[in-house]
Amino acid sequence: MTDHFAGAKTYPVPPTTEERTILGKRAVRLEDPPLVTGRGRYAGDINFPRQLHMRMVRSSLAHGVIKSIDVAEALKLPGVVAIWTNDDINELGPVDFRADRGAEILKPYRQPVLAKGRVRYVGDPIAAVFAEDPYVAEDAAELVEVEIDELPVVVDSWATPGEFEPGRSTEGALLKHSFGDIEAAFKKAHVIVELDLFTGRHSGVPMETRGALGYYDSAKDILELHGAAKVPHRNRETLVKMLGRAPKGLHVHESHVGGGFGIRGELYPEDVLVLVAAMRLGRPIKWIEDRREHLMCANQGREQRHKVRIAADKDGKLLGIDDEIFHDQGAYVRTHGANVANRTMCMMTGGYDIPAYRAVCHYRLTNKTPCATYRAPGRYESTFVRERLMDALADKMGIDRIELRRRNLIGKSQMPYLIEFEEQGVEELLYDSGDYELLLDKGLKAFRWDERKVEIAARRAKGEAVGLGIAIFVEESGRGPSDGAKMSVDATGDMELITGGASLGQGFETSMAQIAAEALGVDYQRITVVHGQTDRIAQGIGAHAARATVLTGGAVNETALKLRAKALEFGSELLQLPVGDLDIVNGVIVKKGAPAGGPSLSLADLAKKLTPGAKLLNGRDPHLAVEAWFNTDHTVFPYGIHFAQVRVDKQTGQTVCESFLIAYDIGRAVNPMLVEGQLVGGAVQGLGGALFEEFAYSETGEPLAVTMVDYLLPTLGEVPKIDVLITEDAPSPMNPLGIKGAGEGGINGVGGAIASAIDDAIGKPGAVVQLPVTPQRMKALLA
Amino acid sequence: MSDTVAITLNINGEDHRVSVEARRTLADTIREDCGKTGTHIGCEHGVCGSCTVIIDGEPMRSCLMFAVQADGRKIRTVEGLAKGDELHPLQRAFIDNHGLQCGFCTPGFLMLATAVLEKEPDIADGDLLDALSSNLCRCTGYQNIIKAVRQAAIEMRGPRK
Amino acid sequence: MKPAAFVYHAPRTLEAALALLAEVAPQDGRILAGGQSLVPAMAFRLARPTHLVDINGVAGLDRLVLDGGVLSVGALVRHAAFHKADAKFGALGALLADVVHNIAHYPIRTRGTMCGSLAHADPASEWCLTAVTLGAEMVAHSAKGARRIAAADYFQGIMQTALEPDELLAEVRLPLLPEGAKHGFYEFNRRAGDFAIGMALVTYQVKGGKIAEARVGIGGIEGAPRRIAEAEAALNGQAPGKAAFEAAGQATAAVVDPIEDAQTPAAYRRDLAATVVTRALERAAI
Repeated sequence: MTDHFAGAKTYPVPPTTEERTILGKRAVRLEDPPLVTGRGRYAGDINFPRQLHMRMVRSSLAHGVIKSIDVAEALKLPGVVAIWTNDDINELGPVDFRADRGAEILKPYRQPVLAKGRVRYVGDPIAAVFAEDPYVAEDAAELVEVEIDELPVVVDSWATPGEFEPGRSTEGALLKHSFGDIEAAFKKAHVIVELDLFTGRHSGVPMETRGALGYYDSAKDILELHGAAKVPHRNRETLVKMLGRAPKGLHVHESHVGGGFGIRGELYPEDVLVLVAAMRLGRPIKWIEDRREHLMCANQGREQRHKVRIAADKDGKLLGIDDEIFHDQGAYVRTHGANVANRTMCMMTGGYDIPAYRAVCHYRLTNKTPCATYRAPGRYESTFVRERLMDALADKMGIDRIELRRRNLIGKSQMPYLIEFEEQGVEELLYDSGDYELLLDKGLKAFRWDERKVEIAARRAKGEAVGLGIAIFVEESGRGPSDGAKMSVDATGDMELITGGASLGQGFETSMAQIAAEALGVDYQRITVVHGQTDRIAQGIGAHAARATVLTGGAVNETALKLRAKALEFGSELLQLPVGDLDIVNGVIVKKGAPAGGPSLSLADLAKKLTPGAKLLNGRDPHLAVEAWFNTDHTVFPYGIHFAQVRVDKQTGQTVCESFLIAYDIGRAVNPMLVEGQLVGGAVQGLGGALFEEFAYSETGEPLAVTMVDYLLPTLGEVPKIDVLITEDAPSPMNPLGIKGAGEGGINGVGGAIASAIDDAIGKPGAVVQLPVTPQRMKALLA
Repeated sequence: MSDTVAITLNINGEDHRVSVEARRTLADTIREDCGKTGTHIGCEHGVCGSCTVIIDGEPMRSCLMFAVQADGRKIRTVEGLAKGDELHPLQRAFIDNHGLQCGFCTPGFLMLATAVLEKEPDIADGDLLDALSSNLCRCTGYQNIIKAVRQAAIEMRGPRK
Repeated sequence: MKPAAFVYHAPRTLEAALALLAEVAPQDGRILAGGQSLVPAMAFRLARPTHLVDINGVAGLDRLVLDGGVLSVGALVRHAAFHKADAKFGALGALLADVVHNIAHYPIRTRGTMCGSLAHADPASEWCLTAVTLGAEMVAHSAKGARRIAAADYFQGIMQTALEPDELLAEVRLPLLPEGAKHGFYEFNRRAGDFAIGMALVTYQVKGGKIAEARVGIGGIEGAPRRIAEAEAALNGQAPGKAAFEAAGQATAAVVDPIEDAQTPAAYRRDLAATVVTRALERAAI
C-alpha cells in the first residue's frame, strides 16, 4: 500500500465465492413471490379511507408571467374540494437541495412548490386540484383558467444566456475542475484533436410513474408520506425543514417501487403538496402521476455540449484534456444542485493516466424540464466525450484504437491512484484498486475482437456497413460516510434485518439477506429485510449512486457479525465450550468439526432464553438483537469496458446493435445473478440513450416527446443478446467484503461504445458527435 | 360525476358487481372497484402493456377498454394465475431466471405470455418474440424474460407424444 | 389521463346503431369499435366525443367471408383474424398475414379492427395502404342507406376520409389477387410495432418473363396512402430484378410530396420512399 491510503482503514483480500456458503452465490430473490402473484404494493395500490385525489394544473407555455388564475368554474364542479395556487401556500419555501448539495449560489434557482408569478417550462405546476375522484380532478383541472404573458425562451444551453428573473442570469454558475499545467500540455503537444460533442436529453422513465400519498395521523400528530423511494431518510430531513415539523412528527414510507434509475424518489413539488394538503384539508391525499406528466415533469438528464480538445505526444501518450461544457439544467435547480455537472467534470479522465486537465462548465438554466441524476450521472456523458476523443486521436495518429488506450491506461502498479483537483472544496478521487489492462485483455478475448474483425471484413466486402466499438470507463460507488443496521432473531428462528437502505427493484433485500446470512451462519430465506421506513431506523442512506450494496452491505455485515458474536458468547456459556470451538451452521450453534448429533443450540432456542430478566443475561442486554454501523471515508471505483458490434443500414440510416459485451470488475459480487441483471438492464437503457430515446423540444420550448409513442423506450425487438463478463480481480480494500457497486456499470459506456462502432461501420472516424444517433441524423452523416 | 352503469365483471371466476361511469377504463375498474391491484397502469395509452389482462382467452390492454365493454365477459388477471400455493409455470420461471427486477411490468408480461402460450403452445420462437415485444420493461433488458418464457413454454407444452 | 365524460350506447343491431349515430353524430357522437386509436386519443383528451356508439355487440359485423372474387371484412373483424394466412383467400391471405404482423402489437391486434383503421385513416396505417394498393371498396352505411366508395376516392388526407359523420364503415371489400400474383411489403420504423415512417406494398404478375399489372402503393410518406403510377409504369414490361426495382423506387421518390415532422424532414421521407418501394419489390421477387 502506498501512503495514499494513509489514515484510511483498509481490509485484507476477502474470501472468494468458492470459499463462501451463500454470499457470492446465484440465490433466487426474496422479493419475487409477491411480485409474480400480483401482491405487490406500489404507490398506486395504496389507499386510505376518505382520501382525496390531487391533480396538477400545469403550464402549457415554456416561459411567461402569470397574469391571472381563475378557479371559479372548476370549484363549482361536484366533487371538487379545494384548488390551491401559490397564494394558498406562500409560506412554503422552494423544494430544497438535499442537505449536502447546497451550493449557496444556486439557491435562487430552486423550484417553488407551485409556480410563483412565473412559469419556466411546459409542465410547471401552477395549481393543485383536490377532488373525490381522479376523473373529476382531471375535469376540474381543465376548467382552471390561467392567463400567461409569454416571455422569450432559452432552449439551448450554449445560446446567449437569458433572464431567469429580473437581474438574474440563466447561467447559474461557472464551475471548474482542473489539475496540472494545461497550457503547457497543449503547447508541447505533438497532436491535438478538437471535437464538438453533444449528449441528448433522456431519462430513466421507470415503468411506474411517480406517486405520493400524504396521510396525517392526528392522534399521534404524525404526518406520513407513502410512495417514497430512493432516499427516504434524506427526503425526510428536507421535508422536516420545509414544513417546520419536528423530525418525530414526520415519517416517510417506501412501498414497492416500479423502478428508480436515479430519477424516482427525489423530492418533487407534488410530494410536498400531498403532505401539506393532508394536514390542512384533514383528509388523506393521493397523487398518481400520469405518463404524459411524467414525460414532461420528472427529472430528465444528460443534455450537455462539450467543446473539447485533447493533446498527446508523438507516441500517443496523453498530455491533457481541455473541456468547455454547456450543461443544460432545465428550468430549475432540483435536489442535486450541481451534482451532475460536477460528476461529469471529475470523472472525465476515466481510467487514463493524464497529467493535465481542465474543465469549465457553464451550468445553465433553460426553459425545459428540470434535470438531475439519471443512472451513471455525468459518467455516461463524460465517457462518451473521453472515448470519442480517444477514437479521434487514434485515427489522427494512425494508431490502433485499442493500442492507444492500452498505452494510456493507469497501471496496476499505480494503484491506489490519486486525482487531486486544484479547486477548493472539490473532492479528490482515490481509485482504490484496479487492473485495467487485465480487464481489457479478458474483454477483447471474450468478445472475440480479433475474430470479429475478420468476420466484419468479409461482410464489408459484400457491401454491409458493420463495425466494432469500445469504451473504457471507471465507475464510482459506495460514497460514505456511514450507515447502520439492526438485526434480531425471534423465538421461531426467523430474523428481521432493519436497514436504512432503499429498494428500487435491484434485489436489495436478497443481497442484504445474503450478506447477513453469510456472516451469521443462517438461511438467507428466513431473513426479512426492512428498508425505506424512517420510523424503524433513525438514519439511512437509501439507494443512490450505487451506494446500497457497498455501504448498507457493510453495515449489514458488521451487524450480523456482532449478532454472531453475541450468539456465540451465550452459546459458549450454555454449551460449555470455548467460543473459538464454535460455529453457526444453518441457524444452529455447533461444535466445529463435530459429527451430527453433537452439542448444539439453535438460535431460536437461544432467543427464547434471552428474555428480559433471564439469569443467563447476567447484566447484559436481553434479546438476540444488535445494532451496528459501518463507516468509510472513501468511495470505491469499479471499472468496466463495453464492446459493441453494430450494423448500419445506409439506405434508411437505421443502426442495429448486433452484439454487446459488458466486461466489469465488481471486486466481489454479492449475487452474480443480480449483478448480471443490473448490468444487462443498464446496457439496454444505455442503448436507448444512444439510439432511440430523446426529449426533443421545439424552438418555443414545447416538449415533443410526451407520449410513449414519441419517447422511444427499446422493446425486446431492438435489443441484441448482451453478454456479461464479471471479474473479481480487484476487490476493494476499502470494505471488508471487497465489494463495489453494480448499478451503473451497465449503462456508463454504452453511448461511447455505440458511437465508436458506428464510426467503424461507416468508415468515418469521428463522424458521431451527437447522441442519440437517429436514422435521420445518420442519413445526414452519410450524405 | 355523470351517470353510472351497473355491470358485472367476472374476474378469475368470481363475479364483481360494480357501478361505473361509462368513461371508466377497465384497468381502473379492475384495480379500484374490484381491488385487483396486480394489474398495473404504466401509460394509459396502450403502449407499455403493464395493464395486459386476458379477456375471453385473448390478451388485451385493459387501459384501452371501458369497463362497460367488459360487462359479462371472462377476465383473467395475475391474481388468478397460481392455483392456491402452487405457482403457474410462468411465475416459477420468472423467479428462477431472474425475469423481474422492480416487478411493475411483470403481471402484464405474465398475462401476455400466458394467453399466447395457451392459444399456441407450439408457437415458433420468432412469433413468440414478436408477441413479447408488445410490452415494455425498463429493468431487465428483456433477456431474462425471454429465457423465462421459453422455459415455461416447454413445461406448459408437457411431455411430447 | 382519464377520458372526458360521454354517453355510452350499445346497440345490438346495425339498424339501431345507424339510428343512434344519425342522432348523435351532429353532437360529435362517434363509433367505438376496437378503440385502439380512439381510446388513447380520449385518454389524452385530444378526442372528446360526447356520445359513443359501441358496435361490439352488433350482430353480423364480425363476418369475414368470400363473396365471389372479393374478401368481405366486417367492421368487427379484428386484426388478429389475419395472423395466419387462410388458404381460402389464396395469395391475398398470405399478403394480409405478411402485413398484419407490422400492425402495432399482439394485444392491440386482438382488439383493433381493420375497418376501424380504415375509418381512422392514419397516414401510417398498414391497412389503409393495403386498401389503396389492392383497390378495395369501402361500404359505408347510414340511416339513409348504404354506398360504396373506391379506396382511391376514400382517403383524402391525414385522418381524413370520404366518410360522413353519420356513416359507419360496416365492411371493406378486398379483391382477391390473381393466381400467381406476387406481393411484397416493406415497412420502416424505429422500433418493433411503431407507426411506419415509410412503407410500401407491391403486387405484380410475371408474364413471359416480364412484370405485368404492377401495383405500387406507399404509406406513411404522404398525408394519405396512394398508388404511384410512375413506379408501376417503370415496372410493367420489365424483367423483374434489381434494375427495374431500383427504377421504380427512384420513380416514386421523384413524385412524392412527403409530410414533415420535427424529427423527420421531407427529404428523408423522399429518400425513404425509394428504399421501401425497392425493398418491397425485392421481397416480392423472393
